[in-house]
Amino acid sequence: MATMLKLIKFKWLMLLALFAGAANASLEIVITDGVDSARPIAVVPFKFEGATQPSENISQIVAADLMRSGKFNPIHAMKMPQQPQTSAEFNVKLWEKSGVEAVVVGSIKEVGLDRYNIRYELIDVVRAKGGVGQPMMNAAGRLVAGSNHILHSGQITISGKQFRSYAHKVSDVVYEKLTGERGAFQTKIAYVLVNDKQEFRYRLAVSDYDGENEQILLRSKEPLMSPTWSPDGTKLAYVTFERKQSQIYIQDRFTARRSILTSFKGINSAPVWSPDGRKMAMTLSKDGNTEIYVMDIASKALNKVTSHRAIDTEPSWSPDGSSILFTSERGGNPQIYSVDLASNQTSRVTFEGEMNLAGRYTPNGLAIVMVNRTNGQYNIARMDKTTRYMQVLTRTYLDESPSIAPNGSMIIYSTLHGSSQVLALVSMDGRFKARLPAANGRVKSPAWSPFL
Amino acid sequence: MNLNKVLKGLLVAVPVLTLAACSSDKEADTTAPTTNEVVQQTTDTSAADALRAELEALRQQNTIYFDFDKSEIRSEFASVLEAHAAFLKKTTTVSVTVEGHTDARGTPEYNIALGERRGQSVVKYLENLGVAAGQMSVVSYGEEKPVDAGNTEDAFAKNRRAVLVY
Repeated sequence: MATMLKLIKFKWLMLLALFAGAANASLEIVITDGVDSARPIAVVPFKFEGATQPSENISQIVAADLMRSGKFNPIHAMKMPQQPQTSAEFNVKLWEKSGVEAVVVGSIKEVGLDRYNIRYELIDVVRAKGGVGQPMMNAAGRLVAGSNHILHSGQITISGKQFRSYAHKVSDVVYEKLTGERGAFQTKIAYVLVNDKQEFRYRLAVSDYDGENEQILLRSKEPLMSPTWSPDGTKLAYVTFERKQSQIYIQDRFTARRSILTSFKGINSAPVWSPDGRKMAMTLSKDGNTEIYVMDIASKALNKVTSHRAIDTEPSWSPDGSSILFTSERGGNPQIYSVDLASNQTSRVTFEGEMNLAGRYTPNGLAIVMVNRTNGQYNIARMDKTTRYMQVLTRTYLDESPSIAPNGSMIIYSTLHGSSQVLALVSMDGRFKARLPAANGRVKSPAWSPFL
Repeated sequence: MNLNKVLKGLLVAVPVLTLAACSSDKEADTTAPTTNEVVQQTTDTSAADALRAELEALRQQNTIYFDFDKSEIRSEFASVLEAHAAFLKKTTTVSVTVEGHTDARGTPEYNIALGERRGQSVVKYLENLGVAAGQMSVVSYGEEKPVDAGNTEDAFAKNRRAVLVY
């Protein structure tokens, strides 16, 4: 009971910390499940030396990133046995019994007008137990204190505006050093905001993966759907009804310049770039039936991939670009199928559950993430490709539009919370869950960017 | 598309009437703006009044509802569609857009396909009643434009629909 209370108190404090640092954000992450099973870590508050302190708090952002990864549980500053700024100040005797695996220490020094020097180190507590203070020979042949417990050290001089992006970079380093897997904290998400009270009620937005730095790319009176990233992260494709019919556009993220890709009679839907960025898979109904097509973007040449009178939609490329997953109701109910692009051979992929929709491969190609319907409930599920073992990952309501982080660690999706559509996160193992409630209106169609 | 605009369109150029082009989209620079055309005020106003009344009556019953994940026309909507068919056959200068919609369940992209199929089944039904294919078009909004934003069975049922828009 006492630990339960502590946990609740800790979560509350972390939430306060997140809100304090994110007053202007339109999406804020509320962790709903799974922090207690994560690895304990300490991100010691970086000491600031100078007159004007930037509003962004680097160590707080790093702690929040690591917690949201679902893999780490950063302890609160009040529970830290000491608050060192450097590895030299780090006293392993004090940390030994804390249960913490690694400690991030650092400092910020104002060195000029809006110039700040930031230094940080990542300390492995277990290695430090055996190694700190053990003298060893350096390159110059002099005896110095051993440093193999320092997994990484970095320093940089930046402006206050760059604090947030640098913090995400630090998070990436810490995450990769401790998990062996590339971090995805410098990535972005695209999504559609819907606010029925506004004249331009549909807005296409891009923000940092944590909902910060939201930018509106497009406002429309008519629906916007299905944003998707080019593999190089410079462009987005989406579906718009601005002209009272569906059309697919490609828009440059930096210049906001856009061009029309398709405007066929009927449906122009579900665009998704091939891994090499040259082609776009999409759903069209120009010939009557709803079919999957692949378009060469440069020449606009179309290749029809499916041919069936039942609905075929939601194409998604295999990581090597050789096949396409799609949803088809040719078997009676919507299920996921795969079509090989060279042989045009089609095979059914899912058999479990009343329906399976929106299938997409994990980046390593070993599993497929989808929307599964069982007993009338729509949830996000993951299926192992070889064993076909299917695991339902979420317990939220009306889940749709799953999109996978480029490192395969996390899935972002759209769900119903209370009476509003919000974005939510679930880790690939289903243990960690979080919600990104919107400040106003509904949020849908999240699309996680590639590594940027 | 509101009724006044439809009537203005009818009054403006009865012989070359293309309601599908009567879009409020400000970017639609490819369609001729109707405001530039000279209004033929000599048009018989009593005929226009009759048309107005007829359209108004059709607008009262312009929605067909569907079962979950289905696009078959339920028999209870036969008389509604017969009334629309009779009007369209008589008034061949008028065209109709059939909007297909779904409830919020399932994925947005699948629902676009489902909404399209609902729209198509209305068009097919009207074609079988003798309406010219050229007078009808389909646009599917999937789950994007619910009439009831709630998430009850009742709201879902209201949202699974096709709407005939003149």
